[in-house]
Amino acid sequence: MTLRVLDPTFDGQQATQETVSRLGSLSGRTVGLLDNGKLNVDTLLNHMEELFRAQHGVSRVIRLNKPDASRPAPDDVIANMADCDAVISAAGD
Amino acid sequence: MKQTHPALQSPIYELEDILAVNDLYYQRGWTDGLPILPPTADLVRACLDAAGLAPNDVIGVESVRQRPITAEKVAINAVMAGCLPSYMPVVVAILKAMCQEEFNLHGSTASTGGSAQFIVVNGPIRQVIGLNATHNVLGNSNRANGSIGRAIRLILINILGCIPGQLDRATLGHPGKFTFCIAEDEEDSPWIPLAQERGVPHGTSAVTVMAGESPHQTMNEWTRDPEEIVETFAAAMRHNMLTYSIWAGNYALIIPKQLRELIAAAGWQKKDIREYVYRSARVVRRDWTTVGKQQIVNMGKGVDQKFTALHSPDDLLVIAAGGPAGGFGAIIPPWLGSRARAVTQIIETP
Repeated sequence: MTLRVLDPTFDGQQATQETVSRLGSLSGRTVGLLDNGKLNVDTLLNHMEELFRAQHGVSRVIRLNKPDASRPAPDDVIANMADCDAVISAAGD
Repeated sequence: MKQTHPALQSPIYELEDILAVNDLYYQRGWTDGLPILPPTADLVRACLDAAGLAPNDVIGVESVRQRPITAEKVAINAVMAGCLPSYMPVVVAILKAMCQEEFNLHGSTASTGGSAQFIVVNGPIRQVIGLNATHNVLGNSNRANGSIGRAIRLILINILGCIPGQLDRATLGHPGKFTFCIAEDEEDSPWIPLAQERGVPHGTSAVTVMAGESPHQTMNEWTRDPEEIVETFAAAMRHNMLTYSIWAGNYALIIPKQLRELIAAAGWQKKDIREYVYRSARVVRRDWTTVGKQQIVNMGKGVDQKFTALHSPDDLLVIAAGGPAGGFGAIIPPWLGSRARAVTQIIETP
């Protein structure tokens, strides 16, 4: 007997997001570093900030913090990212 | 009154038999590794009707990825899991609870911590659909317990994308991720049912859902003293604080009939259990030296820093369940303290 069965998966009626084009160079740019609040992420991001400044000519680094690793960043943190040309969201653990 | 049927929107696959259906659904990663029942339109519509829902009704939205959970997809997955139509209002209530902000659906299902949705059903619907609250209650039991919890897992996989190694990043997970649904044994309990303690009127059915780690079984058949009996549970909680996660939040205690009778004979209510455990389930930072975590003993506020398992006595969910014989209980720890809270939701039937 033929069975006609239904697809159980989400079918994409979700808000879509566009990705921006890649930056050609980090020179003179502002980079945001988002700390998810877990152990050791500050060590990782401190090192990255040094590398960005010393080797990639990044002019400004904005350090951002999430109060809770398991929830999205709050609105005010997201608003601060608007000043950045690029943001790195780092998951320490 | 006869209900009309808006059309189902999901793509349809025409397959020769139940084995072909299972082959396709396995290949596409649409199951939990066990066979499914074919979700045909008739069965899906029966589930929607039983809950009084139209296919495009939105049960809830997962807030981080803004993904809506529609009734049609819920019903398809419920049929696959083996649910009868009469279970559908329970499945819907569980999802509504999980979509409350304090449940932290995205965080608790994506985390390396690997929790599962521990579900407790209270009220008359337990007996209507035959949910088990007694023998082997945390293990395999019957169709309702098995398929309701399984429907939630399939919904997480298929609607929210909680696929192991993709959105579900659990290091280990635990067997409750197949199904983790019990009823409270209200008829054989001396105490107020969980849902009523959490504000649901008597005679109204409700679910309570928490992001739970695996049950840790306890045993104490050596005393009639309620304090000693409850202390064994508190000790298991302290152990969990040291070996798993220190953070305070909702813990569930499963208390079987044999222990309930002894505790109640001494005049203790659930409130007394909660207050005792709140006082007793505490550790200090130096206790970590006993479990191989010397590295963190001098962090924070120093070796005398105190930690409680519960923020308040009300954090403890005390549930009467289990078979009639044996002094075996269980604690079910929270996934990550109060980062996810237990939510109680009334079950609506049309």
